[in-house]
Amino acid sequence: MVQLIVFLILAAVCVGSAIGMLTSKNAVYAALFLVLNFVVIAVFYLMLGAPFIAMVQITVYAGAIMVLFMFVIMLVGAEMFQEAGGLNSWQRPVALLMGFGLMVVTVLMIATSASPAPPRDLGVSAMEFGSPAQIGEVLYTNYIFPFELISFLLLAAMVGAVILTKTERKKRRVLRSLRNKN
Amino acid sequence: MLVPTSYFVILSAVLFTIGATGVLFRKNAIILFMSVELMLNAANLALVAFSREFGTLDGQIFVFFVMTVAAAEVAIGLALIVTIFRNRASIDVDDIHSLKG
Repeated sequence: MVQLIVFLILAAVCVGSAIGMLTSKNAVYAALFLVLNFVVIAVFYLMLGAPFIAMVQITVYAGAIMVLFMFVIMLVGAEMFQEAGGLNSWQRPVALLMGFGLMVVTVLMIATSASPAPPRDLGVSAMEFGSPAQIGEVLYTNYIFPFELISFLLLAAMVGAVILTKTERKKRRVLRSLRNKN
Repeated sequence: MLVPTSYFVILSAVLFTIGATGVLFRKNAIILFMSVELMLNAANLALVAFSREFGTLDGQIFVFFVMTVAAAEVAIGLALIVTIFRNRASIDVDDIHSLKG
């Protein structure tokens, strides 16, 4: 019963912060609303018996990714960005209508098809379920190949980000030196 | 009493649709990216909920991988936004229409 009350309060905060992110004019406020949303979702992970995922959520999402977002907002000056209505102002009501329709359809579908019964109790192993030790065991036995692939993906992303944001001036100098060589 | 899995899945669906509406609704490229992150989080929440429902850890491993891919995607995406801003001095997605026929 206590869990249900906590869930309902946190769900309200979660949806509220998501809508706040959507409607806030200032991009910095939007980022802070999103941080709140991520922290609330981390609490949901704790309720669902996933302490490791909850900690990763806090450190990676609410920490690293949102700091990167704030960094770019400050760099680009997006907090001053004004969204002009312009020619495409008809898009907004249509977008709201379609989003609301999608929400109604998906929620109705899930509510009518899923059984509202609480999940079966995991018993004695409930304390160990989702612990870092268990996650590590599964990750390094069944999922070792995807794990190695992911490391390559992160390396490629790191190199790609550096290449993309490299300044033009240096590129030109390299081109010139190549031309001189020919 | 544990919270039923369907409640978490419904919450995840609501968050996903809010994120999808954000992608359609906003023009600021950075807020568009934040909406995509919100959608990824909603999917993660559903995966963890089903992981508890079936009593296996595979859903949580998937969430771990999704988070890693999201981190890579954000790094590349924000680098693209910075490059576009440097070239065009704007991050309005309606301004980026050079390829429009």
